[in-house]
Order: sequence, then C-alpha cells, then structure tokens
Amino acid sequence: MTAATDVLAPSTLRRGASRTGAKIALDIVFSVVLFVGTIVGVVALVTLIWTIFDNGWERLVADPGGFLTSYVSRFPARAGIKAALIGSAYLMVLTALFCFPIGVGAAVYLEEFAPRNRVTNFVEANIANLAGVPSVVYGLLGLGIFVRFLQMGPSLLAGALTLAVMSLPVIIVAAREAVRAVPQSIRLGAYALGATKWQTVRRQVLPAAMPGTLTGTILALSRAIGETAPLLVIGLPIVIFSFPNDLRDPVSALPLLIFDWTSRPQPAFAEAAAAASIVLLALLLAMNAVAIFLRNRYTIRW
Amino acid sequence: MVATPPELSITRRNARTGERLIVNALFACAVLSIAVTVGIIAVLLVDTVEFFRESSIVKFLTGTVWAPGQGAGVDGLYGVWPLINGTLMIGVGAILVGLPLGVLTAIYLSEYASSRVRRVLKPTLEILAGIPTVVVGFFALQFITPSLLRPIFGTDRVFIFNAAAGSIAVGLMILPIIASISEDAMRAVPSSLREAAFGLGSTRRQVSLRVVVPAALSGIAASVILGFSRAVGETMAVTIAAGNSPKMTLNFFESIQTLTASIAQTVNGEVAAGTVRYNALFALGMTLFLMTLAMNLISARIVRRYRQVYA
Repeated sequence: MTAATDVLAPSTLRRGASRTGAKIALDIVFSVVLFVGTIVGVVALVTLIWTIFDNGWERLVADPGGFLTSYVSRFPARAGIKAALIGSAYLMVLTALFCFPIGVGAAVYLEEFAPRNRVTNFVEANIANLAGVPSVVYGLLGLGIFVRFLQMGPSLLAGALTLAVMSLPVIIVAAREAVRAVPQSIRLGAYALGATKWQTVRRQVLPAAMPGTLTGTILALSRAIGETAPLLVIGLPIVIFSFPNDLRDPVSALPLLIFDWTSRPQPAFAEAAAAASIVLLALLLAMNAVAIFLRNRYTIRW
Repeated sequence: MVATPPELSITRRNARTGERLIVNALFACAVLSIAVTVGIIAVLLVDTVEFFRESSIVKFLTGTVWAPGQGAGVDGLYGVWPLINGTLMIGVGAILVGLPLGVLTAIYLSEYASSRVRRVLKPTLEILAGIPTVVVGFFALQFITPSLLRPIFGTDRVFIFNAAAGSIAVGLMILPIIASISEDAMRAVPSSLREAAFGLGSTRRQVSLRVVVPAALSGIAASVILGFSRAVGETMAVTIAAGNSPKMTLNFFESIQTLTASIAQTVNGEVAAGTVRYNALFALGMTLFLMTLAMNLISARIVRRYRQVYA
C-alpha cells in the first residue's frame, strides 16, 4: 500500500499542481465574466435613465408649470402634457375600481372556497395563460368588444375596461399569494369561536391579506399605466383639449403622447417626449414607493 | 320548546343562503377569466374569418409580400411571412442579448452574490423590468442606434430604424424575466448536490457550471421560452426602434416590421372598420396569440416537470 502511494505520488502531484494553476485562473476569469454580465443590466438601466434626463431635463425645468399645464400643440415649445397626465390619472383610478374587487374576489374563491376539481384546474391554467397574452392582443379585445360591440367608442370607459382586463391576472396572482400567506391557525381560531366560513374570510383572512393585495394591485396598476399598445389599438386620441366629464368621453394617456412625440422628426419633440417620460417615470416611482411602504409598514409577520 | 329549534334552523339556513350567494359571486369573479379568454378568441376569430373570406388564407400563410391596400376598395397583398420574419428576428436577437446576460446574472445572484449584494441587485433589475416599453423604445431610438450601433458598425451600414436596436431594447426588457426565473430554478437545486461537489474538491465555478446549471437546465429553458414569448409580443419598443418596413431580410441593420408593429401602425393610421385592412389586424392578432400561447404552454409544462424533480 505504501509502495503504491510512493510510486503514484510524484506524477499525480505534478499534474494536480499544473491543473490547479489553470483552475484558479479559470475561476478568476469566470467570476469576472459573471460580474460583468450582471453589471451590464445595471449599466443599461443607468444609461437609459441618463439618456431620458439628458434629453428631457432642460425642457422640463425650463417651464415645469407650463409643460404640466399646457395642452398639446403643433409647436413643440408650447406643447404640454396636461390632458394626457390627467387622462392617465382618470384611467388609473377607474381601472383600479374595475379590477381590484374582481381580482380579490377571484383570488379568495380560488384560495378559500374552490373545490379541487377540473373546473378549478381549468380556471387556474387559464389565468396563467392570460398573464402571458401580449398587451396588444388585449387592445384588439377592447377594440372588438368594448369599442365596437358594446359601442363605447374610444372612451374613458373602454380604455379603463381594457386595462382592467389586462391587469386582472396579475392582481389575482398577487392577491392569491397574500391570502395564502395568512396562517391556517387564524382560520381555525375563527372557526373555533363559531364563525362561518365567510365570516372567517371577511373578518380575518381578508384584512390580514390586504397589505400584500394592495401592494400587488399598485404594482399591476403601475404596469398598466405605462402601457401604450392596448390604448393605441382601441383608438384613444392623442390630440385632445379637454378632460372627460363622462365615462363615454374620449381621454388620452401619457404613454400615448410620448409615443406620438417620439415618432415625430423634430428634435424638439424628442426633448418633449423625454420630458414627458421623466414625468411618467416619476409617477411610476411614486407608485412603487407607496407599494413598498405598504408592504413594509403593514405586512404582518406571523 | 318545540318552536325554538325550527326557528334556529331557519336563521342558520338564511345565513347559509347568504353565504352561498357570496360564494357564487366569488366563483363568478374567478370564471370571468374564462370569459376573457373566450372573448379574446371570439373577437379574433370573427374578423379573422371575415378577412379570409376576402383574402385567401393560403396567400396569407404562404405569401412573402405584406403590402396592405390603403382604402376599402383597394386590395393589397397580405402575405404574413415578412412580419413573421421580422418577429422572429426580434425574438432571436432579444434572446441573444437576454439569454447570456440573464443566465450570468442568475448564476451570480444564486451562487456568488452575498445577500447584501442580492438585496440591491434584485430590486434594480425589477426597475429595469418596470420601465414602460414606450420609454425603452425612445432609449433605443435616441441612444442604442446613434451612440452604440452606429459608432461600432458604421453610420452608412446601420439604418436609423433597425432590427438590432429593437432586439437589444427587447433583450434588456426580457433580461430580468430570464434572470429571475433561472435564479429560482438554481436556488431550487438542493444544497446537498453542491456540498457533494465541493466535497470532491470542486471550485465554485465547477459547482456552478457542472452541477447547478445542468440541474436547473429545464428552469432556464422555461425562462428562455417565456422570454422569447414576451419578445414576440412586445409592441412599442419595436414599433419605435425597429421600423415599419415589412420585408424578408436577415440583416439586423435594416428596418423591419414585426406582427405587433404592423398592428400598431395600422391602428395609428385610422383605418375604417370593416375594410380588408382592418380585418387583417385580427388575423395578425390571431397569429400572435397562437404563437405566444404555444410558447407559454411549453414553458409552463417544462416548469411543472422540473418542479416535480425536487419538490
């Protein structure tokens, strides 16, 4: 046994040693490649935000009041985002009103009441598939059903319904996770005190799941409010000089305006598009901040 | 004494009727999602059938020229291949950008990064995923083409609107999706496998590449298919950056048109309802819906299969 080790030892050691050198070099190269690959995404994000600010900041701060409170114009220097900004706010509120109750209702049903059967499996698979449908297809749905079949026209109502249908799967998934996170002991405690199933859900599970649900809803809405394609497809106008007084009035939206200005050849419109993008990004950042605040402040740790 | 129990049972039955109504209402909310799917298919199908009544389905599926007529009476050429060609170019291009970056990010986050670095990096990538697509399109048009592609490949070779800029923009958009799903798959690999490899003298690189990545391969594959599906369905960034010229080309520096961009261009031009060109929108929507649906189903199936391995 000792003889065998003696014979084998030198050559094994030598080969091992040279391999170890190459191995260490490869290890270092690999970790550098990994780090660089990871950093590219961050650099891209920083470059994107820098590009937007570089193009739009001067336009925005030159006359912020005028930019935010003027309507669109053929003259880029006079153009503002008033109608689009207010329109986006209208769309967001109305979208939330439509999809929040339905999304939470569906989530509560699937988590608390649904029997384990084929119908439930089908509904679940269907929601997962809906989450993967491209937003432009939701636009075609809105165009076919809300705008034409139900004759809503390119209105605030049609826009909000389209965005609500698009956001629904996202909200259902978020609300389900929040409901699932409520520990079983809470439910059992309520049953033990004589509460019915619905009383338990209404008084215990829903309040406990609310912070997570609200966080998910705000994140879904922030995605909806940045969407352009569905609103473009249902034909919401870009040039508009009024606010909606009625659900059937036309409305515009900030991403639509950014798209319109981006497509124009004049550099001054590109600056206006970048300035409007800064406003949109600020709006999304504020919504995300609210979502993170809600999550950190109100989520109950069991 | 005899009257009380029935009274009690009546109130209880009332409470249960109320609950049953509520449960039915909740059930209706859940079933509404099926109505949405039915609505999508019905809307797409009705006008697609209408379209194929006026323009042949064979020409649509085999034609290599997409030149829609402008008015109601003007017939155009409706061959879908140039648009599919453009869509696949953007999909493949986006994967070429998003796959290596996404997987490298996932390996870094899962195997190398400290929890402090991860706490900073993951939200940063989420921000990248949350940038509105129209803003990413602006970035592609104002930065990627003029400041990245043109200096490297030459201004005369790279068109203002080009598939490469669209691909890079969409690739950056799907990077967070690929990274986060791949990372989930890598973290699902049991640590006993890693420990066994470390115990045999492997370095962290060998553990990552020879143990973790192969074990998480199906999850990575699922993330790539999902990313591809997202890239195919992306509209605004490609409409803004990749142009609106439907053609059969493989040159990434030329202007192309995707299925989604063709839909966006048509609706932006105010086409009257009922015309062939308007109905063509829905045929394109149907093509897009079926393509993304197939990929999402494949991706979901792969995810389900790999979950069974370790769960």
